[in-house]
Amino acid sequence: MPMLGADMEKGTVVKWFITPGAHVNRGDVVADVETDKGVIAVEIWQSGDVEQILVEPGQEVAVGTVLAQIRSVEDKERPSVSEPKIIAESKPSEGEIPQRAHASPLAKRIAEELGVDLIKIKGTGPNGAITRADVEDAAKILKEIPQPTVITEAVAAPVTTGVPSSDQMRRAVAAAMVRSKRDIPHYYLQTDVNVQKLMSWLTEENRRIPVTERILAVAPIMKAIALGLRESPEFNGFYKDGAFQRHSDINLGMIISLRGGGLVAPGITAVDAATVPEIMGRLSDLIERGRRGKLRSSEITSPTVTISSLGEQGVDVVYGVIYPPQVALIGLGGIRERPWAEGGMVGAAHLMTITISADHRVSDGHLGSRLLNRISELLQNPEAL
Amino acid sequence: MKEITYREACHDAVRSALMADERVFLIGEDVGSYGGCYAVSRGLLSEFGPQRVRDAPLSESAFVGAAIGAAMAGMRPIVELMTVNFSLLALDQIVNNAATLLHMSGGQINVPLVIRMATGAGRQLAAQHSHSWEGWYAHIPGLKIVTPSTVDDARWMLHAALADPDPVLIFEHVNLYNEKGALNESLTAVPLTGAAIRRPGNDLSIITYGACVNKALRAATELAEKISCEVIDLRSLRPLDEATILASVRKTSRALIVDEGWRSGGIGAEISARLMEQAFYDLDVPVARVCGAEVPIPYPKHLEDASIPQVTSIKKAAETLVGSHE
Repeated sequence: MPMLGADMEKGTVVKWFITPGAHVNRGDVVADVETDKGVIAVEIWQSGDVEQILVEPGQEVAVGTVLAQIRSVEDKERPSVSEPKIIAESKPSEGEIPQRAHASPLAKRIAEELGVDLIKIKGTGPNGAITRADVEDAAKILKEIPQPTVITEAVAAPVTTGVPSSDQMRRAVAAAMVRSKRDIPHYYLQTDVNVQKLMSWLTEENRRIPVTERILAVAPIMKAIALGLRESPEFNGFYKDGAFQRHSDINLGMIISLRGGGLVAPGITAVDAATVPEIMGRLSDLIERGRRGKLRSSEITSPTVTISSLGEQGVDVVYGVIYPPQVALIGLGGIRERPWAEGGMVGAAHLMTITISADHRVSDGHLGSRLLNRISELLQNPEAL
Repeated sequence: MKEITYREACHDAVRSALMADERVFLIGEDVGSYGGCYAVSRGLLSEFGPQRVRDAPLSESAFVGAAIGAAMAGMRPIVELMTVNFSLLALDQIVNNAATLLHMSGGQINVPLVIRMATGAGRQLAAQHSHSWEGWYAHIPGLKIVTPSTVDDARWMLHAALADPDPVLIFEHVNLYNEKGALNESLTAVPLTGAAIRRPGNDLSIITYGACVNKALRAATELAEKISCEVIDLRSLRPLDEATILASVRKTSRALIVDEGWRSGGIGAEISARLMEQAFYDLDVPVARVCGAEVPIPYPKHLEDASIPQVTSIKKAAETLVGSHE
C-alpha cells in the first residue's frame, strides 16, 4: 500500500485492474486505492508479470502492506517463490486528487448494474448527491448515444467530423485535466494591469474600421503575450518524456467553450509575428469554426501556450489548469473600471487581472513574474503592438 | 364502525379487562375517586369497588413494587402512572425488578405486569409532565414497549398486554385522549407488537409512532400530489418490527423517522442505525429524522409547538429527502 500523501496511514483497494498472470509495464495503473482524501489510481513502477494478488478489494490495510506480488523481468530466471515485491512503491501524490462523486448507496449499486460512470452525472439529491433517478436518467441517455470504447486523452482529437457529443467531450476534458493536476506541479501568479491606454487606443482604432473588422481587447493582449513569451522561452513548449522542449514558434491556444458544453483550445500560430488585425481575424475564424466543430487537427495540437479568457463571463481572476503537455496557461480576467492609485492619487482606470499558471518542473515564480510584468509593460504601449 | 374518543377506548379496555378476569385490578394515583387524571377510569370505582380500583399513595416506587409483587403472586395488575415523568420514580422497580426477574430467577418467576402511562407534549403541562421517554424504556431488555395511536389499538392492546406473561408498558399520548376515531366493532383483538402501515406509498417511508402518526398522515395527505408517502406506525418500540420497516424502505429507498423524543440516543437513532446495518444498499438518500428539540418541554404554547414535530416540519423534511428530481 503506497503512501499517497504524508498523512496517509491506511488505504483500501477499491478495484484491481490486473489479474494474476497479466503482464504489467512500469507506469501502468494497476489499482484504484481509496484514501481519506479520495480515490487514487495507483501506478506500478516495475515491469513484470503479476503472480498473486494479496489484498482483496474492500480490504483496508496499513501503508506498507504488500498488495500483490509481481515477477519482475529480471526475476524471470529465478524460481517463483521469490521474495514478495511491493508494487506501487510509495510516491507522494502531486497536485489534486480527483473528486469523488457523492452518490447514494442505492445509486452506486444501480450504476454498477447499469454500467454508468458516476463521475459524469450531476446529482439532484440533497446537497447535490447522485440518486437512483439520476443514474437511471443517465443510463437512458447513454443508451441513446453511441459510446466510444476508449477514453481519449486529447481534447476533441480529429474534430473534422463535427462537434463531438458533450459527453465524450466532458470525458476528454476530464482525462486531460486529471492528468494535468496529477502530473504538473502548478504555481500561480497574478497581477493587475492598467489597460486604460489600451482601451483608449482600441476605441480610436475601432472608430476608423468597419464594424465587422472591429478589434476586441483580447487581440492586442494576445500579441503582447506572444511578444512577452519571445523573451521568456521557458514557458513556450512542451514537457515530454521527463524534459522540457522549447518551441521556436509561439502558438497561442484560446479556450473556446462550446454551446453544447465542453471546451476546445485551438491555436493561432506564430502570434508574435502577426499584426493585431490579423490576430483578430484568425481568432474570429477559429471561434466560429470551433463552435461548428470544423477545426483542423493541426490547430488542436499546435498551441504551445494556452489562454483562458473568462472576462466576458464577469469574473475577475482566472486560475487555469495547464493543458498538458504545455507548461503554462495564461488567464485573463474581466476588464473593469476600478480604483487605481498612482503617484499619490487615486483615480479610476480600466484594469485587468492577468494570471499565469505554470509548471514548476520547468520554471519558477521569478521567471513567471518577469513574464507577467513584461506583458503589462507591452500593454502600456498599444500602438507599438 | 363507531366514532369514539381515544379516552373512551382506553376506558372501555380497562373496564372490559376488569370484567373479563377477576385477577385484574387497577392501581395508581387518583384512579379511584377522581376517575384518573385523564379521566380514563371514571366510574370504575363505583362499578368494581375499592378492592379492584385502588387509589395509591403518592409513591410510584411503592405501588409499582406492590403491583410487581401481586403479578408474581398470580394477579394481573394494571398500573396507571400519571405521566412518564413520574414513572422515573418507579424506574428501579420497573428496570431492576420487573424487567429482570425472569432472567434472575432462571426463568422461574415471570412478571405479568401492565403499566399504562401518559406521555408526550401538547397540553401545556410544561417540563414536569410532557416528555417522551418511551424511547428510554425501549432500551431495556425484558420490557415490551407499545404505543397505541388509534382507537382500535387503545381498545385492544391492553388485552394483548394482559395476556402477555411479561411486563408491558403502554404509552398513551396525552394529545390523543380527545381525538376521535372510528372503532372497528368487529375487532376483538389486536397483536401486541408489529408495525402497521397506516398509509401505503412509494417515494418515502415515514416511520413514526404515537401522536406523530396522525401528524405524519396529515403531512402525507398534504404532500400527496407530489410525494407518495408510506406512513408506518411502529405500534411497538420494543420489539421493533424490523421486517416491516425494512420492506418499506427497500421499496421507497428513503426513510424519514418522526419521533417526539429527543434526537440524541433516541429510538429514531436506533431505527436509523438498523437501516444502515440492513438496508444501506437500498438507501437513495441519508436517513433523516424529525425529532423533539433538545430542551425540557416549554410551557408557552408557541414554544411547546416549536419543540416537537409538526405537520410543517415533517412536510419540509419529506420534500428535502425526495428532492427536486421529479
